[in-house]
Amino acid sequence: MNSFTFTQATAVAGAVQDKAAHDDAAYIGGGTNLIDLMKENVARPTHLIGLKKLGLDTIETLPDGGLRLGALATNADTAWHPEVEKRYPLLNQAILAGASPQLRNMATDGGNLMQRTRCYYFYDLATPCNKREPGSGCSAIGGYNRVCGILGTSDQCIATHPSDMCVALAALDTTVRVSGPNGERTIKFEDFHRLPGDHPERDNTLEPGELITGLDLPAKGFEKNFSYLKLRDRTSYAFALVSVAAALELEGTLIKDARLALGGVAHKPWRDKEAEAMLVGQRATADTFRRVAAKVLENAKGYGANTFKIELAKRAIVRALKQATEMNQVLDTNAFQNSNP
Amino acid sequence: MSQVTQAPLGRPPVALAPTQPVSLNINGEAHTLQIAPWTTLLDALREYLDLTGTKKGCDHGQCGACTVLVDGKRVNSCLSLAVMHEDSHIQTIEGLGTEDKLSPLQQAFIDHDAFQCGYCTPGQICSAQGLINEGKAKTEAQVRELMSGNVCRCGAYSNILSAVMEVLNNEGLIIEDKGWSAGATKPDMAPVEPPKK
Repeated sequence: MNSFTFTQATAVAGAVQDKAAHDDAAYIGGGTNLIDLMKENVARPTHLIGLKKLGLDTIETLPDGGLRLGALATNADTAWHPEVEKRYPLLNQAILAGASPQLRNMATDGGNLMQRTRCYYFYDLATPCNKREPGSGCSAIGGYNRVCGILGTSDQCIATHPSDMCVALAALDTTVRVSGPNGERTIKFEDFHRLPGDHPERDNTLEPGELITGLDLPAKGFEKNFSYLKLRDRTSYAFALVSVAAALELEGTLIKDARLALGGVAHKPWRDKEAEAMLVGQRATADTFRRVAAKVLENAKGYGANTFKIELAKRAIVRALKQATEMNQVLDTNAFQNSNP
Repeated sequence: MSQVTQAPLGRPPVALAPTQPVSLNINGEAHTLQIAPWTTLLDALREYLDLTGTKKGCDHGQCGACTVLVDGKRVNSCLSLAVMHEDSHIQTIEGLGTEDKLSPLQQAFIDHDAFQCGYCTPGQICSAQGLINEGKAKTEAQVRELMSGNVCRCGAYSNILSAVMEVLNNEGLIIEDKGWSAGATKPDMAPVEPPKK
């Protein structure tokens, strides 16, 4: 790590001011990704602003029936929160599918949105990477890209966003609350993360100095029919090759409402609203799910080592929607499904 | 002869950031360390306090050898800065039991031969203690899932599992989580008898 100074912020306004007062400053919540990047010399902040004494770690019900997750609540406290387990089991499942218990005890909800890609070349200082060093080139295109994206890629970057939690947050229509030099604002989850385009160095749409203060979940949690299906190289503690957050509102076998988002395939959690619209009004059958899966992947592009993800994603979508329909199937796939009603 | 002068290349050299004091409560004892901000909690324990039971494996949060309990919750001490833990209550393997009075998990690891080289063991035991404090895992599948942050290169997983299951299944062996409120004193480890084989 390079040399840096550290201050512990005690108020949001103070943290924002401190950030503006330093070149190359960074906020640090749990630090599980940032400290790793600093050890690798990928991130080189000269000043860290600790956030853990800001408060903002509570989870509370909102007047409209929604739920507000404080940005500094840990992933573990969020996953096991009674309201999340009961009303947003999709989020519970997605969080528990990610990282390890130790990391979930440290990592914060705001930090989960801010984590950076695990593309091998982003971490490897000896190779070009447009995300790490704009204009240097993309080593993953034409390189070893098994973990890279197949949707929404650009000729400058095919990195993926690594989060599981964010895939569920995208499916659940979350709103991101931020505070910055120009005051407070909210960002719709689908607008928070970016596609790489010509600026892969930018992961999200935060303005300089802005700090995530909370995440608002709407009242509708799809607690009856949902699935978070994560496919990876080992059954625990690995990033997704492909993951699917599927949520359905059913009347018998008739689909009244649907949410579908994918992880491991794009620079952001990949929510497909057209595919969701295709599901609504249809019967929850394998045929319907296969048609929708084909639509989600119709513009997918493989880069060689990751081309397998296209077929994998189609089958994962069908299976996740099937699991969401017949909730009994989910019971076999996750050690913790039994804790949900 | 012409004289060539050249401006220095790149940024001027930067002085190292100064050290700063941090107060930690470790295994029930208060310590104030004067350390550089980039000192990880793991390095603070090993290099400044000589608590070398906590191991450095990968140093990137992937192996779990550095697991300690912070306010009763298991974390990777390699991915945390010591300065982020002002006033935290930290428990390491040295604080779980003593040579004369092993903790129930320590005894169970011996009884079940739950290690070969032993390098991952302090992390495994601290992680298992965190798992018990959390109270979520009940079945073998759940224990396997919630111990996945600890890698054992020797592959002693089946015996680690049986050691953890024994303590989980015998409520008399579980150390009560005291809540770890700020100002809490060292947890009471005393009343637990080692398992009779």
